[in-house]
Amino acid sequence: MTITLACFYFLSAVAILLGLMTVLTKNPVHSVLYLIGCFFSIAGHYLLLNAQFLAVVHIIVYAGAIMVLFLSTLMLMNLNEETEQHKPAIAKISAVIAAGLLGLVLVAVLHRAEAMAIPGTQDVSIGSIKNLGRILLDEYLFPFEFVSILLLSAMIGAVLLTKREPVNTTVS
Amino acid sequence: MLLNIFNSVPIQHYIFLSAVLFSIGVLGVLFRRNAIIMFMSIELMLNAVNLLLVAFSTYHNDASGQVFVFFVMAVAAAEVAVGLAILVTIFRNVHSVDIDELKSLRH
Repeated sequence: MTITLACFYFLSAVAILLGLMTVLTKNPVHSVLYLIGCFFSIAGHYLLLNAQFLAVVHIIVYAGAIMVLFLSTLMLMNLNEETEQHKPAIAKISAVIAAGLLGLVLVAVLHRAEAMAIPGTQDVSIGSIKNLGRILLDEYLFPFEFVSILLLSAMIGAVLLTKREPVNTTVS
Repeated sequence: MLLNIFNSVPIQHYIFLSAVLFSIGVLGVLFRRNAIIMFMSIELMLNAVNLLLVAFSTYHNDASGQVFVFFVMAVAAAEVAVGLAILVTIFRNVHSVDIDELKSLRH
């Protein structure tokens, strides 16, 4: 067992365990914290796969921005263990069965998939900022610009949605 | 040429890991009633797909897969921003984010 395989198994175990804890834990704030841990282990996987830049961006965007957004929303709504509603047992059991069956089908289908031959050598600089930036601004320039428009419209939409409408005093 | 990770970790391992993570995300959507936790489960599903994209990108020596992960991240960020804004508005009106209480479009 090489050190890479050991790293892979460790990170996978952490990711799956923390993912399950995210779903099963009762307190929503604990859920968010477990999910942050899960994202960190996925970033470790990215490092293992030689995608250094994506690992950093993943931590900044997910752990730094998205999860903080979740956490602040949870605190804004003051949700905790006592206010948490639970589904009836029959719904929970059927949810577990359905998700388990989905996982079973996915694994069973992909189990027999034939892997293509590996290219002998691997370019380690493929995940570098230099290489990714060149491809992003060369081949994918249009999608890149559209993503900026998408983010701008999402920002405007979020502000518009959460803005409190002025109380209309004039009776129509 | 430093090391080839797929000499020691077969690509199938990554496929199985992504499938399991995706199933956990589906479980979260079905299992919980809190709409915010359901959003987090959707993030988990997106991350499972991202992981597989990066794995295959490295496997095939093609950086396009990693560029796609970028776009998925940007769309996820936009989705979370708008989704949480809608949830905050719902919470302000209904005082709950329990999806079983959001069955009707009017309240």
